[in-house]
Amino acid sequence: MSVVDQAQNAVAFMEDKTHEQHLDQLLWMMRTRRDEAASRVPEWEQLRDLASQIKEHTLSNLGHYLEMFESRAEANGVTVHWAQDAHEHNQIVYHILSDRKADSLIKSKSMLTEECDTRQFLENRGIRVTETDLGERIQQLDDQPPSHIVGPSWHKTTQDVAHLFARAYGSDKDKADPVYLGHVMRENTRVLIEEGKAGMTGANFAVAETGAIVTVTNEGNADLSGNVPELRICSVGLEKVIPRNEDLAVFIRLLTRSATGNAITQYTSHFLAPRQNGEMHIILVDNGRSSRLGMEKFWPSLKCIRCAACMNTCPVYRRSGGLSYGSTYMGPIGIIMMPTFDVRRYSELPFSSTLNGSCTNVCPVKINVHEQIYAWREVMEQNGQIQLVKKEAMRAAGEVLSHPRLYRIAASSAEPDMKLLPHFVLYNHFNAWGRHRDVPQPGKETFHDWYKKNRISTAGQEIT
Amino acid sequence: MSSRDNILQNIRHNQPSSKELPAVPSFRAKSSPDLRKLFTAALKELTGEVVTEPPPDFGKFLKKRFPNAKTFCSVVPEHAGNSKPEDFARWSDASSIDVTIVRSPLGVAETGSVLLSEEEFLVNTIGFLAHDIVILLDPADIVENIHDAYLHPHFRDKAYSLLMSGPSGSADIGGVTVHPAQGVMTLTVIFWPRTERQ
Repeated sequence: MSVVDQAQNAVAFMEDKTHEQHLDQLLWMMRTRRDEAASRVPEWEQLRDLASQIKEHTLSNLGHYLEMFESRAEANGVTVHWAQDAHEHNQIVYHILSDRKADSLIKSKSMLTEECDTRQFLENRGIRVTETDLGERIQQLDDQPPSHIVGPSWHKTTQDVAHLFARAYGSDKDKADPVYLGHVMRENTRVLIEEGKAGMTGANFAVAETGAIVTVTNEGNADLSGNVPELRICSVGLEKVIPRNEDLAVFIRLLTRSATGNAITQYTSHFLAPRQNGEMHIILVDNGRSSRLGMEKFWPSLKCIRCAACMNTCPVYRRSGGLSYGSTYMGPIGIIMMPTFDVRRYSELPFSSTLNGSCTNVCPVKINVHEQIYAWREVMEQNGQIQLVKKEAMRAAGEVLSHPRLYRIAASSAEPDMKLLPHFVLYNHFNAWGRHRDVPQPGKETFHDWYKKNRISTAGQEIT
Repeated sequence: MSSRDNILQNIRHNQPSSKELPAVPSFRAKSSPDLRKLFTAALKELTGEVVTEPPPDFGKFLKKRFPNAKTFCSVVPEHAGNSKPEDFARWSDASSIDVTIVRSPLGVAETGSVLLSEEEFLVNTIGFLAHDIVILLDPADIVENIHDAYLHPHFRDKAYSLLMSGPSGSADIGGVTVHPAQGVMTLTVIFWPRTERQ
C-alpha cells in the first residue's frame, strides 16, 4: 500500500473552511472543558502519576495479568479466545456467529474492531452488522471510518448529518437539529437492536482480579449490545487489562474528564459473566501489541486509554481532521501507534506535528507522546523513508540553526528579500506553509538587533 | 503452538523490566462534605434530576411526572406498578415499558452515579429499553467518590453491574449532549430511606 500523505489529505479537508473551523472550535471546546474538569480535582496530577504507574506495572507483568484475567473470566462462565492478528480475530467472531446461526450483530463502538476491519469481514459473509453508537452509525451510513476516537463523526457538521439521514432514512434534510436527528436515529435503529441475534462490544478496561470487562458509553449502547441478545462477544486488546478494581477507580476518574470534561459518562458498565440464559465470549487480541511491548522507545504507547485528549489539543489534528491520517488511530496517538503496524505506509505521519508537547501535557497516563513522535522521525530518517525535499530542507535548516552568525545573516537578509520577491517565488509547491495562508510580513528589525540596541548596556557585555 | 501460547511467549520475551504497582489512596476529603448536595449537583451535570424527599403519594407523583405513560414496571415495594420484570421472558420486550422503578444500593457523590445490577433489575434490559427510569436511593447509601464506590461487593459478584449517571445521551452531533439516544430519555433519583426490612 502507498505511503499516507497526511498533509496532502488535509488539503482537501481544509479547502472547505466551514469544516475546518467547525472541527477546530468543537475540539478546542473539549480541550477547554477538560482543563476545567481537571482543575476541579485537587489530586488530578497524583491521579495521572498513579495511572501511569499502574499501566507501566501491568505492561511489565502483562503475561501474569492476562493469565489471571483468563482464569477469572473462565471461572465466571465466560469462554476466552486468543487471536494473534486481525484475521484470526475476525475468524473467531465469524465462527461464533455462524455456529449459532446468528445472522445479525448489534455492535457498540470499538476501535479494535475498526483496527481489524471486522464489520466488512462479517458483512462479506452475509452477517448484518449494525453500529449502535450514533457517531459510529453516522460513519457506517456514510461508508467512512471514524475520524476521532471519541466522536467518530465530529468532522461532520449538523447539516452534513441532516443530509446523510435524509438519504439513508428519508428524514427532513433541512432540519439540522441534533435532537430531531437523535430521534431519527433512535427510531431507525431501536428495532434492529431488538431483533439482533448477537451483541458485540469492545472494552475500555479488563480487570484481572475479577475477570470483568468494563465499557464506558454515553448512550448505553454497550449495555444494549451486551444484554439484549443472549449471545455476547467482547473484543479486547491485550493492553486493556489492569490489575484491580481499585486501579479501575483511578482510570474512571481520569478518562471522561480528559475526553469531554464530564466527570463520568452516563453508563459505566461491568460485564463479569454471561447474562441469564446467555453466552459470553471474550477475544483477547494481540495484532502487533506483544511486539510493540519489546520496542524500547515505543512500548509506552500501550498505556493509552483512548480518551483522545491529545487529538483535541493538537493544532494539526484540529485543522486537518482525522480522516487525513488514513489510519485507524489518528492525531498524536495515531502518529506513534500506526508505524508499529506498518512503518512504510505511515512513514510520513510523524511529520504531522508541531512537536509543541501539548499532547504529552494533557495525556492522563503520561505517555511521552511528543518525544515518541520525534523518535519516530529519527527511525524514518535511519530507514531512509524521508522524502528528498523534506530531507534537504531539514539539513539546510539544521546547518543554519547550528551556526548563530549564519542564522543572523539569513534572518536579516530575509526581510528585504520577502518584500521584494515576486509572489510566485514565495508561494510555490515547495512552500507547504504558504499553501493555505499568507506568509507573515517580517518585522522592521530582527529580535537580535532589538536586543543588541536595548539590553547591551544593562547586560554589561556585548553579544555576538 | 496455540495462538495463546505464542502470544504469551512473545509477551514474556518482550515485556520491560518489572515496575512497582502503587497503592491507591482513598482521596476522601478531610472535612465531611454534604454528600446529598454533591450528588445532586453532579447528577444535574448529566441532566439527571433529584427529588429530595419521598412524595406523599407516589402513584400520583408518577402520573403527574409521566402523564402519557401506561406501563410502569416496578421492582420496589414502594409502588406496585402494572408490570414486573418477569413479564419480559424475551429481554428485548422490555422496550414496551414506559417507566421503570428500581432501588439502587449505592450512590456516588462525586459523579452523581447510582449502582444497579441484575439483583436490582432482575431483567437487565428494563434499565435501558424503558422510556424513563425512576431510582430510589437512601441518602445514607451515598459514598463520597469513585474509589469508595468500587469497594461495593456488586463489582466482584454480579454478572452485570452498572454505574448509571444520567439519561442516555449523545454528543456525536455537534459535540453538545442531546437526548434522545438509545437508552432511557429521563432519569430521576428520589432520596428515599430504606425500610428496616430492605
